[in-house]
Amino acid sequence: MTRRSVEPESIQRMEERRDEALARMAGGVPYVQHLGVAFERRGDELTARLAYDERLIGNPALPALHGGAIGAFLEITAIMELAWQGVWERMEAGGMALAEIEAGRFPAFPRTIDFTVDYLRSGLPRDSYARARVNRVGRRYASVHVEAWQENRARLFAQATGHFLMRQDGDV
Amino acid sequence: MSGAASGVDKERARGFVASIPHSRDLGMDLVDIGPGWAHLSLPYHERLIGDPETGVLHGGVVTALLDTCGGAAVLSHPEAGLSTATIDLRIDYMRPAAPERELHARAECYRMTRYVAFVRAVAYTDSPDEPVAAAHGAFTVARAVE
Repeated sequence: MTRRSVEPESIQRMEERRDEALARMAGGVPYVQHLGVAFERRGDELTARLAYDERLIGNPALPALHGGAIGAFLEITAIMELAWQGVWERMEAGGMALAEIEAGRFPAFPRTIDFTVDYLRSGLPRDSYARARVNRVGRRYASVHVEAWQENRARLFAQATGHFLMRQDGDV
Repeated sequence: MSGAASGVDKERARGFVASIPHSRDLGMDLVDIGPGWAHLSLPYHERLIGDPETGVLHGGVVTALLDTCGGAAVLSHPEAGLSTATIDLRIDYMRPAAPERELHARAECYRMTRYVAFVRAVAYTDSPDEPVAAAHGAFTVARAVE
């Protein structure tokens, strides 16, 4: 007897749906595209990648990435992680919640209340990576920590902590 | 107080901001500068939107403008070092940036020490009395080796 819920084909389809939803969510934000941030997914874990470009330079003499570009990259990573957790839950719930996501109707993005960036060392002219950890999320408020590195995961070049206002359906 | 009257070369500072690739990419311009303070602007552009539903600029754009403005305020301080880099920057978002409006930032280096400069800044669209964001930061002060 076959157990339909664990059929390899349906698991494959679910993974495709998750990747499609992630690409759609990140692809819908102009500044995420302009800065050049893309997301890679392993299960429910996201890693953001900021592809190096000369446009991101803040100090041409060193050269080093602009602190503003680094801060923006970390804030994007934090917001996407929070939003992705909401999307993930809806997709897991199935039914109407899943249908909404499949139709491209995503929950409203959380709004940044405050964001503190800690610049640990200068960003070199190469690709950067970041991962966010949601330390607390409630109905209204969330606290998120983000870490960014370049070639060496253990050698962070920036980290940040931010608080976010979660928006419920019907909020303006 | 205008930049020229205070001894800070405004055109040189403007050229400096324009020489930063990321500032140029975002379209930043130096409006005015004086000893220990700076005023920068950034025109609205669709590619800088963070919320497609409302057309509000991404918080990261506000961060980039406040960071650059803070650095300019540090470098324009009479006791500035050779260069500066951000140590940390905290930003409080007080209201969304109104769509289609030019974004402004004013930063002041209110305390300069041998190795650290302290900065406060605001970002706004129409009036500094209705800030989009307020920031507080610490910057490095690179001194010549004695």
